[in-house]
Amino acid sequence: MNLSVKIANVELKNPVTTASGTFGSGKEYNEFVDLNQLGGIITKGVSNIPWVGNETPRVAETYGGMMNAVGLQNPGIEKFIQNDLSFLQGFETKVIVNVCGKTIEDYCDVVRRLADQPVHMLEINISCPNVKEGGLAFGTDAAMIEKVTKEVKKYAKQPIIMKLSPNVTDIAEMAKAAEAGGADAISLINTLLGMKIDIHKRQFGVANKVGGISGPAIKPIAVRMVYQVAKAVKLPIIGLGGIMTGEDAIEFLMAGATAISVGTANFANPTATIDVLNGIEEFMNKYGIKDINEIIGCM
Amino acid sequence: MNKMQKKVATVYSQVEISSGIFDLWLSEEEIANSAQPGQFIGVYCNQDSRLLPRPISICEIDEVQGRIRIVYRVVGGGTNEISHFNKDDKITILGPLGNGFTLNNRTSVLIAGGIGIPPMLELAKQLQGDKHIILGYRSETFLVEELSKYGKVYIATEDGSAGTKGNVVDILRTLSIKMDDIYACGPKPMLKAVKDYAIANKVDAQLSVEEKMACGIGACLGCVCKTKDNEGNIVRKRVCKDGPVFKAEEVEL
Repeated sequence: MNLSVKIANVELKNPVTTASGTFGSGKEYNEFVDLNQLGGIITKGVSNIPWVGNETPRVAETYGGMMNAVGLQNPGIEKFIQNDLSFLQGFETKVIVNVCGKTIEDYCDVVRRLADQPVHMLEINISCPNVKEGGLAFGTDAAMIEKVTKEVKKYAKQPIIMKLSPNVTDIAEMAKAAEAGGADAISLINTLLGMKIDIHKRQFGVANKVGGISGPAIKPIAVRMVYQVAKAVKLPIIGLGGIMTGEDAIEFLMAGATAISVGTANFANPTATIDVLNGIEEFMNKYGIKDINEIIGCM
Repeated sequence: MNKMQKKVATVYSQVEISSGIFDLWLSEEEIANSAQPGQFIGVYCNQDSRLLPRPISICEIDEVQGRIRIVYRVVGGGTNEISHFNKDDKITILGPLGNGFTLNNRTSVLIAGGIGIPPMLELAKQLQGDKHIILGYRSETFLVEELSKYGKVYIATEDGSAGTKGNVVDILRTLSIKMDDIYACGPKPMLKAVKDYAIANKVDAQLSVEEKMACGIGACLGCVCKTKDNEGNIVRKRVCKDGPVFKAEEVEL
């Protein structure tokens, strides 16, 4: 059985990766799963300087999902290289670093700093709904997406994955802009902007008032957007949004994703990544599929 | 540190011990054998629509029988679902989580309010030395008899229906004993007052902090609190992984 897939000439041993921000850099999950079994680890977003993130509460459960407004708290690129990248070198998996910023220069700083580091791909987060500047502002404007992509491509030594926001009217237009800017791959979807109110206390669910909704509740939206993007561009896609099981992952692959990420499921089940991988294999066995690439984009 | 595990536990017993406060014993040998006072577990709901584990502090550990006890308040749909589990029902739990109290075994004051009281029971059981236990309630009391076995108990209620009318910090201020350690768990304003008292009176204090969590294992950065490092810089630490117990001088409340 072949499970390996290729994204921008980087071979993943299987299509299972981790959604940025739900898996740290793998340290916390190393106690529950064998990280060597994963196709890739997409790290928590890292910026050029340390970010403190938002006030608490930062998380709230929603029906079939959750809302977060962490605000990309991270230690900055230097500490990340020292602590996180060095940790990840011990594993046989592809390392994909998620890069965040408030300005184009911020993104380029991090991309430049990572050029000679042991990193296989970079994922550019232009879609975080929880930071006031940058983030989502870049991800909802096609001209801006093209511009950011072009700028980071000037400095990048590794393939660039542009992570798209679902908080747009026409996702295909955003994907085309990333392609025009020279992106090597696309990942989608990031979280959907939402709000929760505690009616008893008359308080917002998260201190930031709005947060990103993730989890199985948003999966049909993610599958639809992956399908639309797969039809609109030639780039390989990493699909994510509410994947809890192997069957969920298969749905994304059929819709056109070459690889998938497991996100919120990690919080609901610390062995979710491996459970999804086992579920994919079971499905292939059941239907006699010899190569996972046979079903990618079959719809 | 002891290894956290995801396990299917069996309900041994469950009773409502006060209005909306439930007392649940779970059989799960491995977690019972590695749990420490002040640690917590994540309790999963069976309903698919509720994804996240509920973080609940460990009230008591029975290593011999391989059981742990949680005493929790029903605050929403998830805890309401848990409160309906019956003997022999299966329930998935994650634990033990976080860092518990450091037991210094000197003259101690244990001070807790409301649903911060349960973790004091296992602490009181294991802690050596003189123990003064100050408990604060809105009105109805619980766990008083059991805690009385391990030390001198003082009670404060908001409505004066039991003990003295007022809060636990009022009692702490009037205690005429030489205390070495304070162990505290409860609402943030209480913890802040305990912290101020401990620093002013140069008493070592450990505070168990609460925050809304998602993963419970240190990955999501949902449950951070502000702490001060040695140079006075504010550092955000994870309540689930770096806490929930912090030194009073370290944590900003």
